[in-house]
Amino acid sequence: MHSWSFQSPLERLQQRAFLLSKIRSFFAERNVLEVQTPILSSAANTDQHIEVFSTEPIVGTNKAAFLRTSPEFFHKRLLASGSGDIFEIAPVFRREECGDLHNPEFTLLEWYRLDFDLQQLMNEVDDFIQSMASHFHKKTAATESISYQELFISCAQVDPFDVSCEYLNKLCRQHGYRGNVLSRSQALDYVFALMVQPSLTEKDGVLVYHFPIEQAALAQPHPDDPACCLRFEYLFRGIELANGYRELSDAQLQRQRFEQDLLWRKQQHKPTLQFDENLLTALRHGLPDCSGVAIGIERLLMCLLGLDKLNQVMGFTAQNS
Amino acid sequence: MSDTYSTNQFKNGLKIMLDGDPCSIVENQEVKPGKGQAFNRVKVRNLKTGRVIERTFKSGEKVDAADVLETEMQFLYSDSDFFHFMDPESFEQFQASKEAVGDQSKWLKEQDMCMITLWNNVPILVMPPNFVELTITETDPGVRGDTSGGGSKPATLETGAVVNVPLFVPQGEVIKVDTRSGEYVNRVKQ
Repeated sequence: MHSWSFQSPLERLQQRAFLLSKIRSFFAERNVLEVQTPILSSAANTDQHIEVFSTEPIVGTNKAAFLRTSPEFFHKRLLASGSGDIFEIAPVFRREECGDLHNPEFTLLEWYRLDFDLQQLMNEVDDFIQSMASHFHKKTAATESISYQELFISCAQVDPFDVSCEYLNKLCRQHGYRGNVLSRSQALDYVFALMVQPSLTEKDGVLVYHFPIEQAALAQPHPDDPACCLRFEYLFRGIELANGYRELSDAQLQRQRFEQDLLWRKQQHKPTLQFDENLLTALRHGLPDCSGVAIGIERLLMCLLGLDKLNQVMGFTAQNS
Repeated sequence: MSDTYSTNQFKNGLKIMLDGDPCSIVENQEVKPGKGQAFNRVKVRNLKTGRVIERTFKSGEKVDAADVLETEMQFLYSDSDFFHFMDPESFEQFQASKEAVGDQSKWLKEQDMCMITLWNNVPILVMPPNFVELTITETDPGVRGDTSGGGSKPATLETGAVVNVPLFVPQGEVIKVDTRSGEYVNRVKQ
């Protein structure tokens, strides 16, 4: 096939449009408002492992313009402004992500629910996936729910909250890791991505909750257990489909996390960019109690169609865009 | 000082050092948990043993390059210790150990061109041509006239290799052999 043309079967166009229409109906029935927020932002993200595209400063304002890696900051500013429940079908951009399950440009479905705790949002994510699966006539087994700690112990036989960094590194090396010593969080990522996720490829839906506090990002700490946070992921056959938080509303704590991220990035000689003061101001103004989640739409479509590579649903990828 | 490659330069065929041995990448896959650290999971072929193993690196890390070159050379002769080859362009001679040649020695005929893998300028792997023409030095007497192709018999070749040939092929005949399967292909008209 010539690289100028759409590289997937053309029916993917209909299937994607069908999925988007079902997503919109799902949220319309629940009175969640569709919004569209800016793709260009004057501030970047601080995530340790997500790299942003920088563009030229805007001529009129002379402000920096970054392609967003997630719409989450704008969504929180909307929520703090009083929008109520919202969702967005949001194109996002991440420089370093390219592979069978990654493309530097993809679409996030992100939604926020006021007064939902983590469990309520996990239930809604499960409802959502089951609903989309039924529209695609895909039979799926009942979703299982397990804590990060329990899952880790059952797959890797170590307690992620009670294991030394040295032992984790030893475990990683036994399972094929070569290179410099990994930090605790990196070693946990290694075990999760190369031992835990591959052991779940037979399971349709698994909700994993209470991630380590080092991986909290924008999630609230667990009120009773300082080692973990109110974050969950939904894994479909071992592939991460959704990532959700009980949203952190403490501006001071969010600032500390941003600063820690930037310090880490500086130590790793990664670019450090100014974090989003608008978000912190919005949090100080007051974020309503809420939970939010993001789902990669292309991955969702891939899983609903029983495929295993993104380029089977994306006719245009970084290879020919 | 050896060269290094970053994981984002990984591609199939790239030669890297791993656990002290030169290896060739046969598959490279990015593994990235949601917001977490990305890794490159690679399958590599150890160029000394031929074994394929799986290893994983942190994305963005540097890995030592292996100074490996694959080049065609002419087999000259062997002595009790080494197999001697010559680069047909520079006329430079290289000696390969018995370990490097391994089981392939049974296909090596003087003057034949072989694919040599050099690591730090030393041969570590010798691949004979896909097809070689060798004389049968010993086999049971042929059944003349029987070219129907039923049945076969072992035949020892000038290099020491033993292959199965059809019953009608006599001693002294030159035959063509596929070195990848070790199978007889046909007789060669002299």
